[in-house]
Amino acid sequence: MSENLKFVPHATCTFCGCVCDDMDLTVDMDEKRITKAENACVLGKAWFREHGIEQRPYALIGGREATTAEGVEEAAQILARARFPLIYGLSDTTCEAQRVAVAIADMIGGTVDTTTSVCHGPSGIAFETVGESTASLGEIKNRADMVVFWGGNPAEAHPRLFSRYAVTPKGMYIPNGRKDRTVVLVDVRRTMSTPVADIFLRVKPRSDFEVLWALRALVKGRRVDPSIERRTGVSLAVLEDLVARMKSCRYGAFLFGMGLTMTRGRHFNSGALLALTTDLNEFTHWVAKPVRGHGNVTGADNVVSWQTGFPFGVNFSRGYPRFNPGEFTTVDLLARGETDAILILASDPAANFPKAAIEHLKRIPVISLDPKTTLTSQLARVAFTTATYGINVGGTVYRMDDVAITLRPAFESPYPSDEEILSAIRDRVRALLGGNRVPAVAPAVAAAS
Amino acid sequence: MGSSLRIVNGRVYDPANGVDGEVRDVCIRDGKIAADAPPDAKRIDAAGMVVMPGGVDIHCHIAGPKVNLARKVQPEDHRYDVHPRTRVTRSGTGGSVPSTFATGYRYAGLGYTTAMEAAVTPLGARHALEELHDTPVIDKGFYVLVGNNVLLYRLLQEGRLEEFRNALAWWIKVTKAYAPKLVNPGGDELWKGQRNANITSLDDKIGPFELTPRKVIAGFIEAATALGLPHPVHIHCNNLGHTGNVATTLETMRLAEGRRTHFAHVQFNSYGPAAGKSQTNPTSGAREIAEFVNTHPNISADVGAVMFGRSTIMTGDAPLAYMLRQFGGTKWVNADTENESGCGIVPFTYQDRVYTNAMQWAVGLELFLLSQDPWRMVFSTDHPNGGSFVTYPRLIRLLMDREFRKARMAEVNQKALDRSGLRDLSREYSLNEIAIVTRAGPARLLGLTRKGQLGVGADADVTIYEEDPDKEKMFSAPRYVIKDGELIIEDHEFRVDHEGRLLHVAPDFDPGIEQVIEPFFEDFYTIRFANYAVDDRYAPHHEIIPTAPQAAGARP
Repeated sequence: MSENLKFVPHATCTFCGCVCDDMDLTVDMDEKRITKAENACVLGKAWFREHGIEQRPYALIGGREATTAEGVEEAAQILARARFPLIYGLSDTTCEAQRVAVAIADMIGGTVDTTTSVCHGPSGIAFETVGESTASLGEIKNRADMVVFWGGNPAEAHPRLFSRYAVTPKGMYIPNGRKDRTVVLVDVRRTMSTPVADIFLRVKPRSDFEVLWALRALVKGRRVDPSIERRTGVSLAVLEDLVARMKSCRYGAFLFGMGLTMTRGRHFNSGALLALTTDLNEFTHWVAKPVRGHGNVTGADNVVSWQTGFPFGVNFSRGYPRFNPGEFTTVDLLARGETDAILILASDPAANFPKAAIEHLKRIPVISLDPKTTLTSQLARVAFTTATYGINVGGTVYRMDDVAITLRPAFESPYPSDEEILSAIRDRVRALLGGNRVPAVAPAVAAAS
Repeated sequence: MGSSLRIVNGRVYDPANGVDGEVRDVCIRDGKIAADAPPDAKRIDAAGMVVMPGGVDIHCHIAGPKVNLARKVQPEDHRYDVHPRTRVTRSGTGGSVPSTFATGYRYAGLGYTTAMEAAVTPLGARHALEELHDTPVIDKGFYVLVGNNVLLYRLLQEGRLEEFRNALAWWIKVTKAYAPKLVNPGGDELWKGQRNANITSLDDKIGPFELTPRKVIAGFIEAATALGLPHPVHIHCNNLGHTGNVATTLETMRLAEGRRTHFAHVQFNSYGPAAGKSQTNPTSGAREIAEFVNTHPNISADVGAVMFGRSTIMTGDAPLAYMLRQFGGTKWVNADTENESGCGIVPFTYQDRVYTNAMQWAVGLELFLLSQDPWRMVFSTDHPNGGSFVTYPRLIRLLMDREFRKARMAEVNQKALDRSGLRDLSREYSLNEIAIVTRAGPARLLGLTRKGQLGVGADADVTIYEEDPDKEKMFSAPRYVIKDGELIIEDHEFRVDHEGRLLHVAPDFDPGIEQVIEPFFEDFYTIRFANYAVDDRYAPHHEIIPTAPQAAGARP
């Protein structure tokens, strides 16, 4: 280790949706490496440790080394030529970059979609259906005397959800921390998180909706048949006990994960949980919060929403935003072979998408922006190397509870930021198109059809 | 900004400078109104047209966390009201909560050039600023929610008034806000901490605090007065929306005791006791409120008129939204912000056949028609709570056109109308009065000396309407809109895009106050104190409006 150390207090970890802003970093400025991340969880420590500066080309075009400028030119040509282009990813970069990404989609009449469509998209759809009672994480820390985790494993996926926000911390009206809270965990299996709970409900796989609906019935004072146990694996007595506790607590909070949103029922599951939360507010105060994965997926939801009115899966072909999950969501667009060019921002769909979607990725020009080599960057026509947000790049990130936080980069990267590359692409595409591409169909006609 | 313009032959309404419909030239140079323009300046022939300063909206909800939740929760409301892009402008969607770009362009498209977002949590300031940055053309600012702030309550409770004032100034400055906003003071603690309870009178105890709304409101008025803010405390009163709330509103107004105080969307706080057999159907309290405002020059208000049709209730007043949820249908959003605020959202439709909605409509019009000082009872629908800002032209026609108003009155719930005073009012607003309530008045109340007027040195924000006997049509689509001297809309079409400025204040405070605030953060916030203040990157184009002491200090 060199002597050239820099201390960066109050930095923010962008690894997961907790977006903890109490990282005190020590940076070895000679090696361009973070050597210590105080307060970070095990995941955060790895995140900071793994993001040094690697020797990679600024850009690769068809596998050949190129400058960033050459990459920008090639990418702009691809996007300007494409007839049904898609911009995807967005959730691991700053809001500043996300805003430019949506601007490009608008300008070229393409589609913009985020990783939300493959994680909490169903919660977004449920939100549109029933609304949501929710809270910033500090309210849960300060007030929640009952916390229910549903379909998630925070001990391994969001460790500080327990230690910083929702289980152990002392809060204004929770003076004794953990002792003042009843913690419930609902899942289909035991996990590392289970020991944290006072009450563990092991539900049969694919029966979350039934459990939630039975809870709704009980909250409203309706009769539930004891056969619920055969169907769900949870006895009526356990459900009744849970409802009694829920109705008598002072401030309750649900924190739910993809075990709920990406299993049978999907947006019905999220919707049932949000509706249950609403029902409980007739008796006492209850809130619910989707536990988000990517560091700035919440920012992506917010940016796409304020710019278009819709949270993800937004198409601009007709000259204005249209939203239709299933039609304008990435897996569907790719699997049907509709997309003819794609810009992938800070995401690696080639690593986790269904086979049919990946097959199509191999057939079309792909532009990728990523600090690392990924499966996606390896099949890209143009692959940019970018600086890492939160480590080399400043900007804005939204925590899972919609709280916006300004990043404090630890050290400089030789590589440009996503925002810089996207802005250059936007300007070049605008020059190629002579302004925004305006469709020939009159909007009034298009809107009516 | 170097361009110059000369607007000729137009009838000019510039009430701040005593100009009432005179035909005269308006010259523009370097983004400001000028005494003259060079001979080669572009000329706009405004013959048959009306020239006014750009509109100033003193109270609307257009950006920030709650607005974005309200946007997200209503895809159905966007789908049938799309806002297509042009060669030079971005696309978006409308409905009662438009996307940011649509918001900016549509305000400009009505001749508005300044708008104030009326309720942002301090913790949501960064988000609000990001959205305002993406709201084109208009100048903008926001009011920061401080009326349920736990630390401020603690300081007030302990009688630490100097620290209270310093902390208030700190909060306004570090969030880049324009004014302090109180919403249902005391209500959040009961809502969040006492099983969804609410404040019902100014003398209720606020949860665990040795405080009442009366003490809180008086404390804020005193502190804001001492700070000399360009716009005073902006109050959303307790009991908003409740039958009989006029008593609470008047009591709150009396707390001002001669000091400047602004009352937001008073229509919603002007309901008399229940009428007839009904336990809930309110009567109109508009006359009492209007009389109080008329006779107390320290009080100002915006009306918050209700317009029939689709709206969205979005408010820091969470218990109110919860109450309205039973009328609003299936969706309800609640959002608690640690130590700072609550929030509620309900999609809502005002129906002319429904007694209460018709009464609300009538009360709003009554307040306008009974007001004797248009400078202090100014125009708003509390967008989108009483109705979208796109209904402004219709509201203007209701005020200016007695026959149109009568025809509309014939279509609404007659029982409600009987119990309002609207039938007795035959007043019609003049163009000059419209220019006051939509421009000159709000600008003056905001302390924006270069807005809402066309005197030399004013910001060159100018709107030119084609005269038309149908005032709704006239105000729906100005022929020209000029922002900062730039011709943005020409012949009804956008020629260029434009980015407006953030307007904010930066009151001075004793830096020692940070030692009081920081420990509270470490205990009760989930964001570090060091990461809380919003830096200048969030306001790339901005203008700081000085407080009274700052303005006095700047003068030689």
